[in-house]
Parts: sequence; structure tokens; C-alpha cells
Amino acid sequence: MIDFLSTYGLMFLVGSWPHGPLGGFAGTLLLAGLGLMGAFPIALLIGVARTSSIRALKIGATVWVYTFRSIPLIMIIFWAYFLLPTLIGTEVPAFSTALCAIIIYESAFLAEIIRAGLEALPAGQVEASRALGLGYFKTLLSIQLPQALSNMIPSLLNQFVSTIKATSIAYIIGVQEASFSAQQINSIELTGTLRTYMILALFYFFLCALLSKLAKVLETHLDNKRIGLA
Amino acid sequence: MDFSFSLLTNPDTLHMLMWGVSVTLRLFAGALVCGLTIALLLSGLYLVPSKLLRWIIALYVEYHRNVPTVVQIMVWYFGMPEVLPKAIRLWINQGNTEFSFALIALSLNVSAYYYEDIRSGIKAIAATQIEAARSIGLGAMQSLRYVILPQAMRISIPPIINRSLIVFKDTSLAMVIGVTELTYQVKKIENTTFQTFQIFMISTLIYLVISLLIATLGAQVSRKFPANFKS
Repeated sequence: MIDFLSTYGLMFLVGSWPHGPLGGFAGTLLLAGLGLMGAFPIALLIGVARTSSIRALKIGATVWVYTFRSIPLIMIIFWAYFLLPTLIGTEVPAFSTALCAIIIYESAFLAEIIRAGLEALPAGQVEASRALGLGYFKTLLSIQLPQALSNMIPSLLNQFVSTIKATSIAYIIGVQEASFSAQQINSIELTGTLRTYMILALFYFFLCALLSKLAKVLETHLDNKRIGLA
Repeated sequence: MDFSFSLLTNPDTLHMLMWGVSVTLRLFAGALVCGLTIALLLSGLYLVPSKLLRWIIALYVEYHRNVPTVVQIMVWYFGMPEVLPKAIRLWINQGNTEFSFALIALSLNVSAYYYEDIRSGIKAIAATQIEAARSIGLGAMQSLRYVILPQAMRISIPPIINRSLIVFKDTSLAMVIGVTELTYQVKKIENTTFQTFQIFMISTLIYLVISLLIATLGAQVSRKFPANFKS
């Protein structure tokens, strides 16, 4: 085991970097982090549109959410792989292709979190703000979103966990991340397959379990704060 | 780009597509049935007062919740044959090896989520219900069967259907080990017909329609069996 880790540990951690693109566990984290960050602004617009009173916006946002939540991520990755080069006119690296697909996919899930966060706020907040003479956008930006976003932190963290798990499928188009490294190591080693995949599974396990735990702790803290214990 | 949907009139590609849909649906149905069975067994086992057993169940649930489904499928397909007894291996290899391993991985994966949903349903039931069931002479399994589960299921059904929707989408992951389900067939049809846009569009619509059907069913069921029913 020690032998195995000293030979392939680096490959698991960073893939073929610095001679090639950053991969391995670092690649997974990079893809998931950028994916969630990229999805957030889109999700914010969609989530707000879902709560809006303008019918067309509401329907459009609902269609977006239902569509991308109903299709497997692989299909979206295939679409991105096929459409992006046609739209842009040049070849798109696998990493960017997967990133685009993940951003679109996660935006639908994040939008639902943001919508739930906005709807969970007491209606009195909006009424009071409108009574003070603040407009729609002023109310949204300085009253609703700051409160909703801080209440959403645990859900956002849980969504980050889901994103990390979702990135594992990106290896199918050759993105260098943890599962890709495992496949590579597997094709070099040929034996001891279970060991390679167990290390991969353990990496995801510890990372995701830790983040989920953190989300749970934050949630309890926020709940306590709401009822005035902390 | 050529926009003819000739792949739908070609019997070969149409057959491939239909085969993919049927494998996807079989994988989905199999994972649902096996997953729910395992989850119910686990919920029953949880009532056994053993710390070790509960710890094992917790580990089982955490493993399946925190490791990506595709990695779980790969662990089963590539890794497990090394440690499985020869008899079981031969038995699995007799049938469709890829399908069997994908089914095992998906069933175990979803059982952990179903188990959590059932547990939270059980937890929501007052302890007096269990005490009452036991005091009128029902055994542990009987009170589970006749008193706890019928009530718990109502609370658990909406998250269970939500999870089933995710399992339906997760069947597409089985393509990584070569199960000939819809996504795999789509790739194959694309390679033979080059009608990329058309086949992607058709398969996306198939996924969309079935997913929306499941979601609608979920909404119907939770309307028909509300959690706070009064008899």
C-alpha cells in the first residue's frame, strides 16, 4: 500500500501537473469550485425570476429549472461537447466543456435553493421595506437577498458536495480529475483494481462527509440563532 | 447541418434506440425494487438493539451518500470481482455482467437514501405509537409492519419519489461500464448515423418526458396521501 501510494500518490493528487493540465483530486476541486461559482450568478437570476410576478419570466425560469433537473448530467455534457465548438467556431478544451455543462446543470438546482431561501423569509420583511418606500430591486438587493443568502449557506455547502460528486462523470470526455486519474492508474497497473478505486472512493468519502458535517453544524448554528440561543 | 430525422425511419437505429430505452427502464425498475427492499430490511435491522449493527448501518449509508454514484459503479464492476467468491462471480457472469453490476451498485446506492427517508418518516412518529403497538401485544416486526410503516410511509413517500427521479437519471451512469442503456445507445447511434443533433434531441426528450412523469406522479401521490391525514 505504501509502495502504491508513493508511486501514484502524486498522480491522485494533481494528475499530470506540472507537465500537463492540473488533474486528480485538485482537478476535481477546481472543476467543482468553478462550476458552483459560475452557476451562482445564473441561479440568482433564475431563482429571483421564479419568485417574480411577471408571468413570462416566471414561466421561462420554471422551464429552465425543470428541464435541467430532468436530464442526466451526461446528456448535458454531450450537448456541450457537440454544441460549444459549433457555436464558438473553435475547438473547446474538455475542461471548459465539462465546466459549461456543470454550470448549466447546477444552476437549475441552485436556483431552487435561492427560490426556497427567498420564499422562506417572512412576508413582513418585503412589506416593511416596500412601506418604507424602497423599490423592487432595492428591496431585493438590500433586504431579501442578504438575509436569504446567509440562511442558505448550509444548502449551498450541500450543493457543493453534490457538485463534487457530479464532476466525477466528466472523465468520460477526458477531463483530468480524480476519476480520470484512477482510470489512468488502473490502466498502468492492470492489477489491484479494487485498491485503486477504493482510494478514489475514500477521497470522495472523506471530503464529502466532512463538508456535509460542516453544513449540518452551520445549520444547527443558524437554527439556534433564529430562535435566539446563539 | 442536416435536419432529417431519418434515423427514426431506419429500423436498425430505431431498434437500437428502443433497446436502450428498455434497458434504462429495466435498470430503473430493478434498482427501485431492490433498493426499497434493502432499505426496508435496514430499517428493520435498526430496531435490533446492537450498537455495532447501528454503526455498520451508519457507515453503509454514509459510504453510499458521499461517494459519487459513478465511482460506486466502477468499484463494483472493476474492483469487486477480485474479492467476490468464485461461485458468485460465475453466477453473475452467466447473465449480463455489466447490467448485473450496474443494478447492484444502483440498488445499494439508492437503498441508503431510501433508508434515510424511511428513517426520518419513522422518527416523525410519536414514541407512544410504538409503545401502544407493543402493549396491545404486537411483536417488534408486527408493530413495524402494521403500525409504524403505514404511517411513516406517508411522510417518506415524497422524498422517496424525488430520489427515484435521481435514480432514473443515474441509470445513464451505467454507460461507463458498457451497459447498453439509452445514453450508451445514443453514442452508438451517433457514431453510425452522424445525426448528432437529432439523436441528442430525441434522447433528451425521452429523459425529459419520463422524468416529468415521475415528478407528476410524486405530486399526485403526496396529494392523495398527505402526511397529516386523519382517519
